[in-house]
Amino acid sequence: MSIDKETVQHVAHLARMELESGELEKLSSQLQEILVFIDKLSLLDVKEAEPASHILPLSNVLREDSPKECLTPEEALRNAPAKDGNFFTVPKIIE
Amino acid sequence: MEANRLTAHELLGALKEKRLSLKDIDEAIYARIGKIDSKVRAYPRAGNSGKEADDKAAGCAGPLCGLPVTVKDNICTTGLATECCSRILSGFYPPYDATVIAKLKSAGARIFPWKANMDEFAFGSSTENSCFGPTCNPWNTAFVPGGSSGGSAAAVAGDEAIWALGSDTGGSIRQPASFCGVVGLKPTYGRVSRFGLVAFASSLDQIGPITKDVEDSAILTGAISGYDPNDSTSVDYPVPDYAKSLGMDIKGLKIGMPKEYFVEGLDEQVKLSVKEAAGKLESLGACLKEVSLPHAQYAVPVYYIIATAEASSNLARFDGVKYGYRAPSESLMDMYKKTRSKGFGEEAKRRIILGTFALSHGYYDAYYLRALKVRTLIKKDFDTAFGDFDCIIAPTSPTPAFRIGEKASDPLKMYLSDIYTISVNLAGIPAISIPCGFTREGLPVGLQVMAKPFNEEMIFRVAHAFERNTEWHKARPQL
Repeated sequence: MSIDKETVQHVAHLARMELESGELEKLSSQLQEILVFIDKLSLLDVKEAEPASHILPLSNVLREDSPKECLTPEEALRNAPAKDGNFFTVPKIIE
Repeated sequence: MEANRLTAHELLGALKEKRLSLKDIDEAIYARIGKIDSKVRAYPRAGNSGKEADDKAAGCAGPLCGLPVTVKDNICTTGLATECCSRILSGFYPPYDATVIAKLKSAGARIFPWKANMDEFAFGSSTENSCFGPTCNPWNTAFVPGGSSGGSAAAVAGDEAIWALGSDTGGSIRQPASFCGVVGLKPTYGRVSRFGLVAFASSLDQIGPITKDVEDSAILTGAISGYDPNDSTSVDYPVPDYAKSLGMDIKGLKIGMPKEYFVEGLDEQVKLSVKEAAGKLESLGACLKEVSLPHAQYAVPVYYIIATAEASSNLARFDGVKYGYRAPSESLMDMYKKTRSKGFGEEAKRRIILGTFALSHGYYDAYYLRALKVRTLIKKDFDTAFGDFDCIIAPTSPTPAFRIGEKASDPLKMYLSDIYTISVNLAGIPAISIPCGFTREGLPVGLQVMAKPFNEEMIFRVAHAFERNTEWHKARPQL
């Protein structure tokens, strides 16, 4: 499998990042090298193996839906780069 | 001897008998930091205010008696900056304590006010990827301390801390412990709550102790372990008294040495030290035999798909809205992109892109799903091995500490330095690194001991037996 600059650019957009041209160049060749290394997995027969998303025999961990103490709006907003009253603020989305 | 040089269990004894006070301990630690941290740089915020608050500490209370614990910068602590050594989290003060911090406080410990340096978001094996700059190895400051918990390990090794917490996703506690000549344990996945640990790869991350000896490791592990309803992957399994595993003999224990680990790429001096350590365990009555972990060679590629995939998803939360850095921008999309491009360092970007790629349309089955299946095969290798053996020993890292800058421009080479630690995280089992020798250049070598899930007791038993019969853990760097 190979990864070209266009693919890296597209993936960067999906991850909400922008890469400068030097960065893109370097990253593309490093990722290509890493993918060549990773490709050795394609040699293995995995037909019999179930995927392990994690290793514990746990599934659907549930709890009672009961009210508990949680952060106050002040606490939740304390680290916000920009806020207005009880809201986070961001650049205008709708003209 | 200065108080900062003692182990936690020695200090607990001295405090109870009133031979030392907490003030003596604090003064010794701060004096040591003042003397050497400009060279080691384990604490990037050393000198900042925060020290005053801690000085008001209460006296000896609870089993941990007021002892200070140094904490890695990715574990949430109220009142103390928690920035994961990343620009994107600059200025973040958590509104709550991680469960491990709450547990330590209720056991009477104090949280040391300066958090320990690390690779940004725990992405790295050298602590060179910190937005604050690298930490240096106390044994030779031209060398890396390992990573990503390099600040925690260097602080303990340099006697700038009594003990410390780190986190381990692919070796980030054990590899720096090995490079710095201290003891580092990655507990079983689910043993210690991850609540309040800034997530890197949620199916692999565990918090664990970095200490000066095995007894301290047992004490600190006991203090942070246990079920936590705030972490749905923490396991409701009783926490044994780990101190009971100390002082036992190891006669008749069956110990395996994976043949796949003693191959090309393993440094000759590391190999020699580990073989000598194996001989020591044998002389103490253990029965050593070769064991096979046939899928060992696939651990690094599997890890760099699973860990980056999970990281790309976990790090989506850093968007400049809720906390940390925000780049000035005109539109929302522009804000996301500029914030993330300027806020994340090079390695973080590389991993986010690799992980996003592995999860993206058209590549998911070939990469992510396949990696999850190979993870099953790796885990089965360990299940089979532990059917025949009580524990497995191996080198912690294929090499001793490398020079600062040596691998910084070659990510793949850096990834391969975790080749012996990664499969432990993939299988979810516990493992410790303990000092087992030095190279001719005076750099420490670590021995790794692995056991079945939730059998930290076996690890402490074997590690402590080795430690009682060797002197490696007593060596200290000259600084």
